[in-house]
Amino acid sequence: MPRRVLTALMLAAGSLVGSILYRRRAARRLERVDLYAEDGSMASIADGSPDAERLLTLARELMALAH
Amino acid sequence: MLRRMDAAQALADLTEISSQVVHVAIVDGEGTVLATTISDPGRSARFVEGVTRLLEEADTLRQARGLPSLSQLEAATLEGSVFVVRSGDRIIAATTRPDPTVGLVFYDLKHCLRSIDDAAIANGTPRRSRKKAGDAA
Repeated sequence: MPRRVLTALMLAAGSLVGSILYRRRAARRLERVDLYAEDGSMASIADGSPDAERLLTLARELMALAH
Repeated sequence: MLRRMDAAQALADLTEISSQVVHVAIVDGEGTVLATTISDPGRSARFVEGVTRLLEEADTLRQARGLPSLSQLEAATLEGSVFVVRSGDRIIAATTRPDPTVGLVFYDLKHCLRSIDDAAIANGTPRRSRKKAGDAA
């Protein structure tokens, strides 16, 4: 019985760790535009805003042209 | 012609050094392609047009947000990233695979532009600088 509980716990822990790693990777792969100014400041525009969508559409066209 | 040769050499060095960069185009202030890895002239012209539009849109957005002049940008898509670096009147644009090492790509692109400037200085061709926004005409 304790062995079964241990196996279940290990499976649950493994699933949790896998889920966290997957979410982190997915978050890193989110579409976004980062603008860097000459003074060193940076503005990050996340996917979903109309501003980002215009720039990301152009970027996708460029990716398609280059590949 | 000499500048094109400098740019071609700088591009060859860049593609040899940087494993993350897939395609690159180096453009001067008049929109002339100095060097590119895109072999088809039609596609490379459309690529440069697209980069110019991307920079214009980014500049508009930058002004709307009250940011100082734009020096570089990264547009990250699921297929990969587009990087653009502006130095003086020259622009270098590159595409990469997804999840690139952003700092490293920017470093390599800036180094590429710097090496063209260094070659131009060594050859006695002065570097032309872009007018900053707000400068009197």
